Amino acid sequence: MNEAKIAIRNYCLRYSDGVQALKNVDLDIHPNAINVLFGPAGGGKSSLLRSINRLIDMADAEETSGEILFNGKNILDKETDVSWLRRKIGMVFSRPIPLPKSIFENVAFGLEVAGEKDKDAIRATVERALRQAYLWEEVYDRLDDPGNSLSGGQQQRLCLARILAFEPQVIMLDEPTSALDPVITARIESLLQEIKKDITIIIAPHNMSQSARIADYASFFLQGELVEFGEGSKLFVNPQDQRTQDYVEGRFG
Amino acid sequence: MNTANKPGAITTRKVKDSFGYTLIHIISFFTILPIIGIVLYIIYNGAPTLTWDFLTSMPANGMKAGGILPAIVGTLYLTIGTAIFSVPLGVAAGIYLAEYAPHNNWTRIIRIAIISLAGIPSVVYGLFGLGMFVLFLKLGNSILSASLTLAIMTLPTIISTTEEAMRVVPERFRVVCGSLGATKWQGIRRIILPEAMPGILTGVILGLERAAGETAPILFTGATFFLPHLPTSPLDATMALPYHIFVISTQVPGMPLQIQFGSVLVLLIFVLIMNIWATTIRNRARRRRQW
Repeated sequence: MNEAKIAIRNYCLRYSDGVQALKNVDLDIHPNAINVLFGPAGGGKSSLLRSINRLIDMADAEETSGEILFNGKNILDKETDVSWLRRKIGMVFSRPIPLPKSIFENVAFGLEVAGEKDKDAIRATVERALRQAYLWEEVYDRLDDPGNSLSGGQQQRLCLARILAFEPQVIMLDEPTSALDPVITARIESLLQEIKKDITIIIAPHNMSQSARIADYASFFLQGELVEFGEGSKLFVNPQDQRTQDYVEGRFG
Repeated sequence: MNTANKPGAITTRKVKDSFGYTLIHIISFFTILPIIGIVLYIIYNGAPTLTWDFLTSMPANGMKAGGILPAIVGTLYLTIGTAIFSVPLGVAAGIYLAEYAPHNNWTRIIRIAIISLAGIPSVVYGLFGLGMFVLFLKLGNSILSASLTLAIMTLPTIISTTEEAMRVVPERFRVVCGSLGATKWQGIRRIILPEAMPGILTGVILGLERAAGETAPILFTGATFFLPHLPTSPLDATMALPYHIFVISTQVPGMPLQIQFGSVLVLLIFVLIMNIWATTIRNRARRRRQW
């Protein structure tokens, strides 16, 4: 087995309103695999995702403790360059949020803020990223149209292309298909299967069936606690913990 | 017992409804009546005076003849001078308050100061300008002193509208910018500020429009009764439209009425153009807005 891409060690998070979002989480994120976080709402999945790329800095986190090791380095350190971190660990949100710019500029944005000045290089990278997200064929003749002129599914692939542009090592997706129809959802799932060869995927699906469908590894979160972790093929078929079993079988949630 | 269930209640309500509606129509018409009246009255009396010659020539014969060029140029200079000082400072302060300022006593004091500043009568600004810029900083009775005074008066408007314009840009864009590796300032400069720009510009123009029309703040700081030539330096005093109107309507005996009306019409058009400009920017931005 490969070494963990991201190793979360005894991680705790409390918000300033007193809510304990995560309690003593120990979790290994496996490289070149789809790592699923699942469980009912309020379980701490989003909070964990936002901790891994330090987006939590923008919310009002009161206290964090423990370690999150990315390639062996604790990213919770004050010295971590969060801009660098967020380029290494890209994030897709539940609702597609195109920036109020053109399709092209949406994808170019991450490169430009990283300091890329070469117009030809940006153009080439934008095309590469849009192709990788299977969006190029649909938008190549209208790259200057606003990002939100696209359909919902196209917008979500645009958001994915935006991240693929800066060649991240990890992509995190927080309920990425909750606003999309089944056909588009299937396309995005197969896209994830495609890119996991090069990129580690962490995803918090919005429903059980998607979790079971795509998980190489899965972890079950309940009220801020990691209840159970295992390979997807085993965990959904034969959960060890009673609470996991109840949730998987649909007895609550 | 509910009155709505009584027979005939519906017709009664309909009558009440249409009566209220008509009443509001009539009242709102009364609010615009004075504006229409004033504008029409000034256009009617001032339009004959408004020739190219009137706009581009110097006053003659003790201001009783000739044009008002130095007053127009002076007001332009004062507006530009005000903008130079108030726009960078006001926009920067607005961005700071919207994006960076923590919620503590210090920023609370700043906010209270801004609100208080907006409520100060304009003549007090004039006296402050006299004490601060004309006398203490020895800038004299000059375009510079008057611009600085007007700039301080305009600041609260520009700061508040900038802050408000930044705040209405949805938070999700800031989060997305951050998630794409942008620093806070990169996100503000590339996404938030451009989206807020139409709102900021509207505030700036409305603030400057007020500055252009004010008399009291420039009375002691830079406006002069009469100047035989155009100002050549920021340290020159200048004629200005609002003060010129005050002078020719109260200080010069035997002043021809049509020159007074002509001058008022020019100031009115100046202010109206800025107003329409601001409205156009806002409306165009609203149509283009993607959120």
